[in-house]
Amino acid sequence: MDPGTAKPKQIFRIATAHGVSRPAAAIACIVLLGLVLLPTFAGRNLIQDLIFLFYMLALAQCWNLLAGYAGLISVGQQAFVGLGGYVLFALTLVAGLNPLLAIPVAGIVSAALALPTALIVFRLRGAYFAIGTWVVAEVYRLGFAQVKALGGGTGTSLTPSVTASVPGIEWIKTLLDVRTPAARDIASYWLALALVVGTLAFVYFLLRSRQGLALGAIRDREAAAASLGVDITSIKLAVYVATATMTGMIGALIYLQKARISPDAAFSVLDWTAYVIFITVIGGIGTIEGPIIGAVVFYLMQRYLADFGAWYLILLGTLGILVMLLAPRGLWGLLSRRYDLTLFPTRRRLETEPDE
Amino acid sequence: MLLEIAGLRKSFGAIVVADDLDLTIAHSEAVGIIGPNGAGKTTLFNLIAGGLSPSAGRMRFDGRDLAGLPPQGRCRAGIGRTHQIPQPFENLTVFENLLVGAVHGRRKSEREAAQACGEILAQLGLLKRANVLAGSLTLLERKRLEMARALASAPRLLLLDEIAGGLTEGECAELVATIGEIRKSGVAILWIEHVVHALFAVIDRLVVLNFGRKIAEGPPKEVMQRPDVHQIYIGIEA
Repeated sequence: MDPGTAKPKQIFRIATAHGVSRPAAAIACIVLLGLVLLPTFAGRNLIQDLIFLFYMLALAQCWNLLAGYAGLISVGQQAFVGLGGYVLFALTLVAGLNPLLAIPVAGIVSAALALPTALIVFRLRGAYFAIGTWVVAEVYRLGFAQVKALGGGTGTSLTPSVTASVPGIEWIKTLLDVRTPAARDIASYWLALALVVGTLAFVYFLLRSRQGLALGAIRDREAAAASLGVDITSIKLAVYVATATMTGMIGALIYLQKARISPDAAFSVLDWTAYVIFITVIGGIGTIEGPIIGAVVFYLMQRYLADFGAWYLILLGTLGILVMLLAPRGLWGLLSRRYDLTLFPTRRRLETEPDE
Repeated sequence: MLLEIAGLRKSFGAIVVADDLDLTIAHSEAVGIIGPNGAGKTTLFNLIAGGLSPSAGRMRFDGRDLAGLPPQGRCRAGIGRTHQIPQPFENLTVFENLLVGAVHGRRKSEREAAQACGEILAQLGLLKRANVLAGSLTLLERKRLEMARALASAPRLLLLDEIAGGLTEGECAELVATIGEIRKSGVAILWIEHVVHALFAVIDRLVVLNFGRKIAEGPPKEVMQRPDVHQIYIGIEA
């Protein structure tokens, strides 16, 4: 470099959300609009299936953020699903609160309990952390089994007056000309859709923020991230509390829809963590798109293979193992690498002016 | 003094990896460290950068006691480091790797940090690779990225851990030139290196470690002439 030639100083700029994003955003809006309007013409079975798909996807996005980015391999997220469900039951049955209000309160209670839980489990690392979170979830289960007002070990049901008190049900009945049970499903469907879109938006905007940059670094190399100024413990704690909040709200919604809760079902490691891990891993951990693909695959398998009983679980396990061995980055990893795809662009590009 | 280390000791059970070490580095000084494998060189870096905490002793950086300060705090205080085996964030781009240091190490916004990151990438010859994934870089590029990323956090002391190892003569000469430039910009350098001629092209002072102890310190040429140092080094310089 010769200082005498007075080369013009290069100007560098940062650019995010590049290229593919515009058509992708348009398609996303159309899909979203279609999903919002779906209850006007779709049958009740499809609506119920989609509620299931939405909440599994929302749970998987939370777990993906936790394990795929923050490196917190929790197998105890059922603690917050169950907690959210039980808080909803307590608030509506005992305190007489409207279910719609009970959902955000369930999120707040989950956040409040996630903090002391983190104080315990954050002392553990790796596999010990995983086991620790599971143990904590079992403590939650045993704790709620003692609460007589909520049915103890056998559980309890929401009264029809509670389930019918979700605002908008009457409106849905007259507007779409359906009976109360169908109107309830449609209300739950819209709530589930709102929650899954909210979760996706939260994860997406988080990953585009400076904390998201740090999460990418933590995902790849934790020690190196610390030596570059990343405050790992704070970010992990924030992610743990945020995902607990969302998981609690999803749990509340799941049990509002089911209208029946018991400790064994609400704190089930199989339903709320093992399936969620399956979805995330086969779809592609550490990406936003992965859990979406995974949730669709899981839903299709559940829909068409669940009748095979034990064989269904064996098949699920085999598929999981095959994907881990043959495509460790998941199905989305295969697709995105081959076709260079991104649905949720979070990359930051360096651009140079004047461009050479 | 920029860095003052006094009576630093670290042991893992019966194994002592840092034994009563004293070391000072002035502002914009360049100090080299040599010593056989297992002499405790990288351990010393981990102690300074905060990855390990000492069993005893005191460290001050720019007058501030480092005790209890975690790695991210030391980075923000102005201690940057590279790793002997490069540790890139493979699924982030080269530019994003630098952004991590600039945004979290210097507490700047991404927008503000872009200019400095671009300039560092240009200085280290990585500009053309700015938007590729760090996982796709060659060894030389990874070593450059280690340095670029540390520089993005605007360190006042840069810890270089065997940055010249495994490079060809030409690559090594380029790297030495770059380190010389960094030094001229006022950054103090503490450099562990087996490639002695690369080290000697930059440093003012040499420290020799063996079994966690400092066995010699002084002007590079003089230190290398001492018989005890020569004895330890006979196998390495070959």
